[in-house]
Amino acid sequence: MQFKRKHLLGLYDVTKEEIETILDNASLMKHILSQNSKKTPHLQGKSIITLFYENSTRTRMSFELAAKYMSASAANISASASSVAKGETLIDTGRNLDMMGCDLIVIRHPMSGAPHLLSKYTKASIINAGDGLNEHPTQALLDMYSIREAKGQIEGLNVTIVGDVFHSRVARSNIWGLKTMGAKVTICAPSTLLPPELEKTGVKVTTNVREAARGADVVMALRIQKERQHSGYYPSLREYSNIFGINKEVISLAKKDAIIMHPGPINRGVELTSDVADSGRSVILEQVQNGVAVRMALLYLMTRRNMDEIIN
Amino acid sequence: MKLLIKNGKLVNPLGKSGNYDILIEGKKISKIEENIKPEDNMRVIDASGLTVMPGIIDMHVHLREPGYEYKEDILSGTRAAANGGVTAMVCMPNTKPVLDNAALMDYVYNRAKECGYAKVYPTGCISKGMLGKELSEMGDMHAHGAVAFTDDGRPVMNSNLMRNAMEYAKNFDSILISHCEDLDLVDDGVMNEGYTSTILGLKGNTRVAEENHVSREILLASSLNTKVHIAHVSTKGGVEMIRHAKSLGVQVSAETAPHYFACTDEWVKGYNTNAKVNPPIRTEEDRLAIIEGLKDGTLDCIITDHAPHHEDEKKVEFALAMNGISGIETSFAVTNTYLIKTGELTMEQVVMAMSCNPARILKLEGGVIEKGKPADITIVDENKKWTVDTEKFESKGKNCIFADMELTGKAAYTIVDGKVVLDNYRLK
Repeated sequence: MQFKRKHLLGLYDVTKEEIETILDNASLMKHILSQNSKKTPHLQGKSIITLFYENSTRTRMSFELAAKYMSASAANISASASSVAKGETLIDTGRNLDMMGCDLIVIRHPMSGAPHLLSKYTKASIINAGDGLNEHPTQALLDMYSIREAKGQIEGLNVTIVGDVFHSRVARSNIWGLKTMGAKVTICAPSTLLPPELEKTGVKVTTNVREAARGADVVMALRIQKERQHSGYYPSLREYSNIFGINKEVISLAKKDAIIMHPGPINRGVELTSDVADSGRSVILEQVQNGVAVRMALLYLMTRRNMDEIIN
Repeated sequence: MKLLIKNGKLVNPLGKSGNYDILIEGKKISKIEENIKPEDNMRVIDASGLTVMPGIIDMHVHLREPGYEYKEDILSGTRAAANGGVTAMVCMPNTKPVLDNAALMDYVYNRAKECGYAKVYPTGCISKGMLGKELSEMGDMHAHGAVAFTDDGRPVMNSNLMRNAMEYAKNFDSILISHCEDLDLVDDGVMNEGYTSTILGLKGNTRVAEENHVSREILLASSLNTKVHIAHVSTKGGVEMIRHAKSLGVQVSAETAPHYFACTDEWVKGYNTNAKVNPPIRTEEDRLAIIEGLKDGTLDCIITDHAPHHEDEKKVEFALAMNGISGIETSFAVTNTYLIKTGELTMEQVVMAMSCNPARILKLEGGVIEKGKPADITIVDENKKWTVDTEKFESKGKNCIFADMELTGKAAYTIVDGKVVLDNYRLK
């Protein structure tokens, strides 16, 4: 099946077949990554811009390397948060990039819906690399790829996500994607960090990390952002770690072959203890590698779509 | 020249209703009778098939002048009013500078008079500079025609200041209009908090933020034995509290806006900034409660909270977009489409909510068609279907949540002080 989307803004409305197409293509790309020479001509003549209004190491490098491995022209723009409010409007920025011949824009932005806005006004394809609290679809795709790789399938698995779900675009994208792929998702967070009416999405919601871990095939910890403490969401990192942190004892409740995941960067000893993060069950570093493969697959599928358009 | 409105159906809850003709001489109504004979030197409006009602009084409008003329000014705003069948409106003081002194009351009156499309009554700020610290010169502004006091858009967070303002307004039998919102609870919420905000990953604004101040104002008014008016009620809980307070005899009145009885928070989907408004549009349950509130009179008025913005202020990331809906040219149509055509409210009830009650609450002229009274009259076609084309708006604000929708009902004639400002759908 071909991937026909012009933009990837989120996984909310992406079908199972589309996700499978991306993951299957990512397998091929991962093979390329294991070669001595990692250069392929797939994206020759294409230009890809990463437009980041927020800091990022993994996601940004991962996209840039994916583009470069496949011979695209890749450039990046870093905009400081202040320029969002004061500087050029997002629409103007997008239109300017269009005029420079950009085929695809990867955008990260602190405000939910920014990639959607950009997509309405640009000719270039848009990939959402994280918008506010909303979605981070490529992270969820690489997470699903990693789960499939480790477990052989996604359907029917018990996947537990623990952490600051309210502020997490990773959690939202994973909820949509994993539900679509047929996983049983359990969400665990302090009640102050749970989005309202989350049960309506079809996930199980609990505030008890042990209950959440029990019988899980996958345990995914989310980064807890230290600044949330000052907004009154939880009293201290110490208390968070004691009550909601994932440690050996919590993990012992999961299935024996359960895997540990984290989107990074890890606050060691806060949401995840080092002995768990570095254990044999952890696929955290594989996630990073798979991220490059998944992004290569997406860039390929989405720019090829443009090519088809030109031919037709 | 005399003006005769013939063959219309007069809906006039506080006066004569039925098949009456209306004769206007100069600025006043001179006769309301069956079959008034046309004479020479008399202009006749044939209102066959049309409904004649006391002019719509929109008691919650942002005219943006002075200071934000790029969004709207008194000329464009009053032309928009006439186009929507509104003969009089009450403008909010969150201009630049804010309307917090008597000279600015005079300014608004004078500008509106020069423009001549609709009557404009200014409100004054509760606090100096709308800063929520000290009382403004309410007495002086009252003497210069301020019809109410409000810090609309920037709620008075200091409850003691609000209490003093309510008490002080008693001195000249004036009223406070409260934009109810506890800003601490709003935090950085940008839409209604609920399932839709979860799906969209947008920060929610809890209904409790609004209801907390609704309850505060009710308790203050009750304890001071004075009156208060609650602006743009959007929640079920708000409606219930006001209903209960009224049943206890508290002098509380309240209004709501078309977007709260026509839309739900799902209209935000797609990050539609034209659906971004304060208070935010709530859920279906709230929408139905608002309609119930209008039906049983808990909510006295339908207003627009007309909040025109420049397109640049809406074509941005959702969190950066300004709050507000340009609504004065669609208010009757939306009310007709969503409340009358659905059988929820009668035309009489709508006239009460859009004309009679605002006049009563703010002691304004109008709200009734009666011999000797000013000829402020709206004539509507309840069955005319039209599609909202914001490019054809008289308002500078094209930020209308009902853009491109087909609505039923439109003002055909707007008559202000006997002058036909909207004439057979054409603005003079």
